[in-house]
Amino acid sequence: MADLSINFNGIKSPNPFWLASAPPSNSGYQVQKAFEAGWGGAVWKTVGAPVMNVCNRYGTIDYKGRKIIGLNNVELISDRPLDVNLKEMRETKKNFPNHAVIASVMVESKKEAWQEIIKRIEDTGVDGFELNFGCPHGMSERGMGSAMGQVPEYTCMVTEWVMEVATKPVIVKLTPNVTDIVHPARAAVKANASAISLINTINSIMGVDLDTFEIRPNVGGKGGHGGYAGPAVKPIALHLLSSVASDEEVRKAGIPISGMGGVETWQDAVEFMLLGSTSVQVCTAVMHFGFRVVEDMIDGMSNWMDERGFKNCTDFIGASLPRISSFGDFDLGFQSVARIDHNKCIQCNLCFIACNDTAHQCIDLKDMKLTDEVKERLWPVVREEDCVGCALCASVCPVDDCITMTEIDTGRPHITWNQLIKEKPEVLQWDKMVEYREKNHIHIH
Amino acid sequence: MAEHYKPVKYKAWEMNLEERFQEVFPPLTEREAVLEANRCLYCYDAPCMVACPTHIDIPTFIRKISTGNVTGSARTIMEANLMGASCARVCPVQELCEGACVLEHDEKPIMIGRLQRYAMDYADEKKIKFFNKGKSLGKKVAVVGAGPAGLTCAGELAKMGFEVTCYERKMWPGGLSTYGIVVFREPVEVARAEAKKIEDLGVTMKTGVTIGEDIQFDQLLKDNDAVFVSIGLGSVPNMDIPGEDLEGVVDGLEFIEETKVKPLCDIKYGNRICVIGAGNTAIDCATIARRLGSERVTMIYRRSEAEMPAYHFEYQFALGEGVSFSFLTQPVEVLSNNGKVDGLKCVRMDLGEPDESGRRVAVPVPNSEFVVPCDMVIKAIGQLKHTPFIAKLGEYGIKTVKGYIAVDSKTNRTAHEKIFAGGDCIRSKGEASTVMATQDGKIAARAIYEQLTGNKIPEGTLKRSTDMTIEPAMEKGYALHEHKPRVHATAPTK
Repeated sequence: MADLSINFNGIKSPNPFWLASAPPSNSGYQVQKAFEAGWGGAVWKTVGAPVMNVCNRYGTIDYKGRKIIGLNNVELISDRPLDVNLKEMRETKKNFPNHAVIASVMVESKKEAWQEIIKRIEDTGVDGFELNFGCPHGMSERGMGSAMGQVPEYTCMVTEWVMEVATKPVIVKLTPNVTDIVHPARAAVKANASAISLINTINSIMGVDLDTFEIRPNVGGKGGHGGYAGPAVKPIALHLLSSVASDEEVRKAGIPISGMGGVETWQDAVEFMLLGSTSVQVCTAVMHFGFRVVEDMIDGMSNWMDERGFKNCTDFIGASLPRISSFGDFDLGFQSVARIDHNKCIQCNLCFIACNDTAHQCIDLKDMKLTDEVKERLWPVVREEDCVGCALCASVCPVDDCITMTEIDTGRPHITWNQLIKEKPEVLQWDKMVEYREKNHIHIH
Repeated sequence: MAEHYKPVKYKAWEMNLEERFQEVFPPLTEREAVLEANRCLYCYDAPCMVACPTHIDIPTFIRKISTGNVTGSARTIMEANLMGASCARVCPVQELCEGACVLEHDEKPIMIGRLQRYAMDYADEKKIKFFNKGKSLGKKVAVVGAGPAGLTCAGELAKMGFEVTCYERKMWPGGLSTYGIVVFREPVEVARAEAKKIEDLGVTMKTGVTIGEDIQFDQLLKDNDAVFVSIGLGSVPNMDIPGEDLEGVVDGLEFIEETKVKPLCDIKYGNRICVIGAGNTAIDCATIARRLGSERVTMIYRRSEAEMPAYHFEYQFALGEGVSFSFLTQPVEVLSNNGKVDGLKCVRMDLGEPDESGRRVAVPVPNSEFVVPCDMVIKAIGQLKHTPFIAKLGEYGIKTVKGYIAVDSKTNRTAHEKIFAGGDCIRSKGEASTVMATQDGKIAARAIYEQLTGNKIPEGTLKRSTDMTIEPAMEKGYALHEHKPRVHATAPTK
């Protein structure tokens, strides 16, 4: 069986699965129960400034019969006194010395306040800190959370304060509610942070009640933005993770990343790790199903690693990062076309209508005489020479492996946009572009 | 040709013989399995898991199908039930896990049995071996009878490090899974592959060996540290009516066995068949006869529909197969012409007062005799116990209940310290079924381990739901989160 243990810049964990700083890691009872279920680590629910909570705290998006593809919350950081949290952190670490216990911290923007709380927490024996620069609701209005994370200079400054006193690894948690997440990431690197984690939740309003006009979640007739999480945010998280993980300054610093945002299964976790996460953090899946989901995460990842001959997580962490590129460096000569397997096709014609109404009109409905039926229905057939290879038809097809996007050799030059405009800057004129295409037999339908 | 243009053969008369004996339910496709798995709510403390006699962690194995961890899914099943492939096919799921599903009322229950089969088939196709023989404990156990109970006990013991030898009277191991379950419910290959997995754990399989003839029971007891007796039940009893010995009167179990071991085209069947009895075996005989090609199959049962012991879904299945039922009918004589079965003379019955078991007693209606014309009679009115063998066990002080071997239900140990028993031969109450037999084997394996080693069972070896209940952390002394009663800021006004 594969070895799932990780060393996260000094924080050791029996597996890469950590509870994210959130309601599931609110108390010693919960964190220890989670460790018993198999979680490798937990980032304690943020401790710091005194708060008062409201209700309702959660709003969800259900999708066509499936519950909670997205969940938002307006819950604040821990509303239990600091002393209680510290006592339970100490107790938890004592009972589970080999698990990762990380304290998430958030206080007002004062050097003394940060340094004092860091020292007090460190005394409990926790393995590290996570600086909550991401909470997008309630705390941000008080100048904390994402209010700090949205200004790289603040991120850098506060991290430096912490680094002055912390002897344990310090993880800076980033907010996705910025234009370009690379800047706060670089600020953390500049302040010598030990690691980065992302993403915190995304600003959101979950919905409006059509009968009462109330906002969801409804807090006594009012509502406001809350932090959005759950399976629906995974693609956003993967993008932000990959941009931080492939940033030159972050890479040079050589610090690990803890990824999160929509991780529900071991497959999700593997994707995060292929894009550079050393550990993955989970909240919504646990809030939906309980701590027990980790059993399949461990089992599934371990089986996956065994099947591929990976012995350790380091064998595949970041393995997909070299594939992260940008539009200007994509191969303009790469051509794929849709091919429909008529043995599998059930003639729902969704590919036809998607292509015909919204893409490039290159699927026809044809009489194919493929069967003995007297009144055989028409079949969708791709006009390959007109197919632009957009993959919409394959995306809407309800039958597995019925429409495949197949690479073909068109003989057109394998050149990237960046190379093209360097070699032939004239193509930036429409007439020259048309000329270039014609010369290379590139016909746009 | 596109799949949906291929005619679906669901009418028996459109299928050839081989097709009619394929599994009634086709395997789920990957897509079907994933969609169905995603419909599962993943309940906590799930009633399906409680309803399963072997306490398979059903929500977990289903979740693993939904996440693409089918290997892990099969492992979860096998950890609780080494007969997972058989149980997936033959369990009366409507009465057990699926009947308990919380979606039973608002939607429809999850197809737990078919999902389990999907996971087990996957593991079989990929030839994944989940368990190995345990480190030798230097102890020997003999298992008498290699049906589901015996195989499970042997397998669990081998995992723990015992030297186990299975003695089986028949040519192949598997018991009723191999010989007694209709082939369109469980193909013989599935049962044999399952037994092979037990052999692969290092269990020695001695087939074609009858205890008392080839080896004496005394010898087994002398040579082993424990013996597990799982001899099942025997043939169908006599009806004690005239004409019972005629050619054309057959034992229902033997009739089923033929379909498992012989080429289907070599099986003799009548055109008009009377099946006597209305239990699950009787239904199997009747539906097999129909699928073989018998024109008219009538089930003869002396009580009414309400008392019939067959599962309701089996009754419905038989109706769908075109089997007729003659309730409140008692056979009194098998008639013959030239030494061959020609008809079954019956008498009409009425229901009287309930007997001790609560079932209303059937009483003959005077002068109501009539003849059902038929050329074959299949008896399926229960199974005899292996009385001589059980009598032999009596010499060791083993007691019986209603002719079944008496055991302590927590350990499945008999009155003799070294002798344990399980399966149909101890089923003095409750349903005789593969899954119950499997659990018997597990219980005995655990007890044998604990008795012979003095240790408690190693964690995770034999999972049962009761073992997996998470103790409230508070009792472990590390819960510091005090729950204070919530007090309203203002007292409620009256």
